[in-house]
Amino acid sequence: MVETGHFALVLAFALSLVQTVVPLLGARLNNQRLMAVGGPVAVTGFALTALSFAALASAYASSDFSVASVWENSHSLQPLIYKITGTWGNHEGSMLLWVLILTFFGALVAAFGSNLPATLRANVLAVQGAIGAAFFLFILATSNPFIRLNPAPIEGRDLNPILQDLGLAIHPPFLYLGYVGFSICFSFSVAALIEGRIDASWARWVRPWTLVAWMFLTGGIAMGSYWAYYELGWGGFWFWDPVENASFMPWLAGTALLHSAIVMEKRSALKIWTLLLAILTFSLSLLGTFLVRSGVLTSVHAFATDPTRGVFILCILTLFIGGSLALFALRASRLTTGGLFHPISREGALVLNNLFLTTATATVLVGTLYPLAVEAFSADKISVGAPFFNLTFGPLMVPLLLVVPFGPLLAWKRGDVFAVAQRLMVAFAAALLATLVTALFLDGASVFAALGVGLAVWLILGALTDLAVKSGFRTVATGVMVRRLLGLPRSVFGTAFAHLGLGLTTLGIVGTLCFGTEKILSMHAGETVELSGHTLRFVGLYPAQGPNYAEDRGRFELIGVSGSPVGEISSAKRFYPVRQMTTTESGIRTIGFSQLYISLGDEGKDGSVVVRLWWKPLVTLIWGGGLMMMAGAAMSLMDRRLRVGAPSRRRKQASALPSATLP
Amino acid sequence: MTRKQKRLSVIAGGLVFLGAATGLTFYALGQKASYFYMPADLTTASVQPGQRIRLGGLVEKGTIQRGQGATVGFSVTDTHKSVKVTYTGILPDLFREEQGVITEGTFGPDGVFVADSVLAKHDERYMPKEVADGLKAKGVWQESKSE
Repeated sequence: MVETGHFALVLAFALSLVQTVVPLLGARLNNQRLMAVGGPVAVTGFALTALSFAALASAYASSDFSVASVWENSHSLQPLIYKITGTWGNHEGSMLLWVLILTFFGALVAAFGSNLPATLRANVLAVQGAIGAAFFLFILATSNPFIRLNPAPIEGRDLNPILQDLGLAIHPPFLYLGYVGFSICFSFSVAALIEGRIDASWARWVRPWTLVAWMFLTGGIAMGSYWAYYELGWGGFWFWDPVENASFMPWLAGTALLHSAIVMEKRSALKIWTLLLAILTFSLSLLGTFLVRSGVLTSVHAFATDPTRGVFILCILTLFIGGSLALFALRASRLTTGGLFHPISREGALVLNNLFLTTATATVLVGTLYPLAVEAFSADKISVGAPFFNLTFGPLMVPLLLVVPFGPLLAWKRGDVFAVAQRLMVAFAAALLATLVTALFLDGASVFAALGVGLAVWLILGALTDLAVKSGFRTVATGVMVRRLLGLPRSVFGTAFAHLGLGLTTLGIVGTLCFGTEKILSMHAGETVELSGHTLRFVGLYPAQGPNYAEDRGRFELIGVSGSPVGEISSAKRFYPVRQMTTTESGIRTIGFSQLYISLGDEGKDGSVVVRLWWKPLVTLIWGGGLMMMAGAAMSLMDRRLRVGAPSRRRKQASALPSATLP
Repeated sequence: MTRKQKRLSVIAGGLVFLGAATGLTFYALGQKASYFYMPADLTTASVQPGQRIRLGGLVEKGTIQRGQGATVGFSVTDTHKSVKVTYTGILPDLFREEQGVITEGTFGPDGVFVADSVLAKHDERYMPKEVADGLKAKGVWQESKSE
């Protein structure tokens, strides 16, 4: 099975070369038969990669320690779920997952791209194939997961205990679906540049793919944030760690792309800009892959590092980013520019969004790469952390968030700010009220905290105002309003949900950062401690045995008003003997949207234990907002215009309109 | 305003915005980046009390002192010199004697480094890169330490 997987991987590499060369040649020579090769090859390449991945996963599931990668990252005593997720809990396997998703998206283009112009489809598949070829070669040359050991060891070295968590089942696949999903937008852009024209089907295709990629990337980042929050025991949800930034940059650029693609689709303006953004977004995804996989950064994500890998990925990076940007420089002037529009309009608002988001992306990029640059050019080693990003990213986000509610309410072409402001009066008044109430009645609220709460309320109510205005709230009878609301395009709901999610995340961040409390103390069994009105009693430390670890579980009782316990929270120190590694399992209890968070420290000589406690108000909204944004993207995808399942209707519409854009 | 003037004013506005963002970024880099030092570097570098730095090295053997409550004292060494560090909080799970560590904080007036974050290795095969490079530069790196 392992050799089959290895062989399938080599075949998939060979096919990716075919997929690169033949359709490209076909498009160049305008040869239908050559162009038609792309589709079946892409689908077969995906099937082979899937076979290869399945072979590796089965080697992991059956603890086949004759495979070096399995031996290094698995153990026979591990629960089955972690054996399987361990497939991508290491460098080699995660790269295989990367190409699996890449070929999956290529196969989707092949399967659903029948309504694309043949040359565009061929070129897209060729570019997709080229990316695939580069990464297949990378895997085979430097990170082959199928290398055997002889003699085979009897027992494996265990998966890094930090990764033995359900988070590993969700975070990397989602993140990669996001990262790699942007490769489709990239391939479409490069294909458009190769052809030297952007046709309307280009615009129609790029937006749904951006939505899909963005939805998964949002989920992946949110999941990663929550995972780090509960697993690392530091109680933080975002550390401005370079690797987090590596995933955040494509998200910011992708968010900008999502918005500019709307302008392009609706008004066929900003074409060249959207094309450039699509290239940049995937370039940032590649950069992220490089930063994480090359070991240039100190991070939890840096697996055992090998300098040849870094150089290899750097070459891929240079080839694709440099190549696509050079092509852009050569060809962009040939592309026809779109229409002009008034600055005060929906388009104008979306341009403003793009200006802020791309600038924010640039500051994150500078902050992430600056330490590497300084280290390369001088002997100094510096680190750029939260203080830098708070000072640069923060001031860029606040004005953007302030204008978000205006955007969806402005009309296309020429909008009226004053009319929109009037409609937003209720939301504005409520936000002002929330600010004042926070400042006056909540203990320990700083000016920033009050303004932050106001901003979040403004965003949430602004999103709801959008729905209310569009359904005619208070201007028509309730029955009509409900009917109108339900009849609104799904994409309107998508926008409202995503902006609502943004507001919820903002509220969660403000609540946690400004009103959270924290205590560090050493406790004996039986002692109680109070934190923000919650009383906790430390019951004691209890040893226990897990499948592949031993733990000391510290049990705490939450004491209710009556003085009797109302709940239990436990945090543990786990020791994994195979890796000689200790991890902390934090204890979390969710109360409303807030959480009590307990992290266990070292045991003192006198039997006391260091305990760190946090009260994190509204913290779950941070990730709840992320889920809301995903729901928004899913809503938008279900919009009739984009729905994949309704091709007949779309074709009918297209034929009904002579000026329609489909071929 | 003519169409051209309008467009120019939009472009000018964008440029001013970008300029402000660039200025802010470089100001923030100058102010907020924290430098990495090994103990021996501190004799030559002038680090003011209160200036935020990162101090890395190995946790010196036999120096870990757990005082009252959650405050821990230990020394960080590069085998040439060592610096006393105090930290209040929970040490990372991988914090051990003679293992690589990076602490971040400021020097107090008494010359003791007050750390507000302590970073240890993430896994047993792995040493913080800065510490490994620093030890190599000082010629005290042994390959066995990276195991």
